[in-house]
Amino acid sequence: MAPQLKVIGNVGPKKATGAVATGKYYPADDIKTPLKSRKAKKNAPKVRSSITPGTVLILLAGRFRGKRVVALKVLESGLVLVSGPYKVNGVPLRRVSPAYVIATSTKVDVSSVDVSSFTDAYFARAKSSEEEEFFAGDAPKPAIVSDERKADQKKVDAALLKAVESVPMLKAYLGAKFSLRNNDKPHKMIF
Amino acid sequence: MVFKRYVEVGRVVLVNYGPDAGKLATIIDIVDQNKCLIDGPSTGVARQVIPYGRIALTDLTVKISRNARQKSLTAAWTEADVLAKWESSSWAKKLAAKKKRASLNDFDRFKVMVARKQKSSIIAKKMKEIAA
Repeated sequence: MAPQLKVIGNVGPKKATGAVATGKYYPADDIKTPLKSRKAKKNAPKVRSSITPGTVLILLAGRFRGKRVVALKVLESGLVLVSGPYKVNGVPLRRVSPAYVIATSTKVDVSSVDVSSFTDAYFARAKSSEEEEFFAGDAPKPAIVSDERKADQKKVDAALLKAVESVPMLKAYLGAKFSLRNNDKPHKMIF
Repeated sequence: MVFKRYVEVGRVVLVNYGPDAGKLATIIDIVDQNKCLIDGPSTGVARQVIPYGRIALTDLTVKISRNARQKSLTAAWTEADVLAKWESSSWAKKLAAKKKRASLNDFDRFKVMVARKQKSSIIAKKMKEIAA
């Protein structure tokens, strides 16, 4: 016997096909809906709309504070991949937090720069055992830059430098540091 | 102290404050000691009563009769060439320079800094020549 009576003529409100019927008639078995997953969902990193590949950024904190730098890519962790270029201002391929950065409205065309191979895993620190580090003492360890990093820097900067040199005065701009002078009102300055 | 700019029918004024700030208008009629009626059809200022504290008198005047219609006002403005005369005044040029400076971005400010250094080095070189 059909679950619903055949109705001849127009009787009552039209029912949506496929939906659980309201009123007297409903399916005999419960329709199973999956339980809500408690796993944390990973979404695409959300970064200020002013930070796009090619934007010139002013670093506000850290070792390179005050330097003007080119943003290359937003990494999965939400950090921004940045390069000086190294020849211009000494900033290597580096990750930078968007919270400690001023995004200027100056953009460089970085479509010819290939940064697809760089991810957060590339920048992960090499694991050294706790004991070694504990016994080593507090003397600052000399920074050892791997040949892989140097090679990647050269590759990226070759394309990036071409794009930077095509804009007049941009190279000198990136080489200069940013600072506040007398009479500057940062809340009124347009970057 | 003699006054040179008078509040009179036909005086071109610059609105200082309010939604029409920065625009030119003319005094059409005087209401009382504190406010007047202005209109600026060529500059987008609606006909309105405005207190004197919100306007600044300019050197320019136009020949109109009291409560002139917008059509005759526009005609008088084109005849007197108010907009061109205003733009060539140093007052207007200073306002424009201030506006431009406020709109510069960081890269533009850098270029300005380099240009000023180049200018001063040319002047310094010339001064050295003259002094020698």
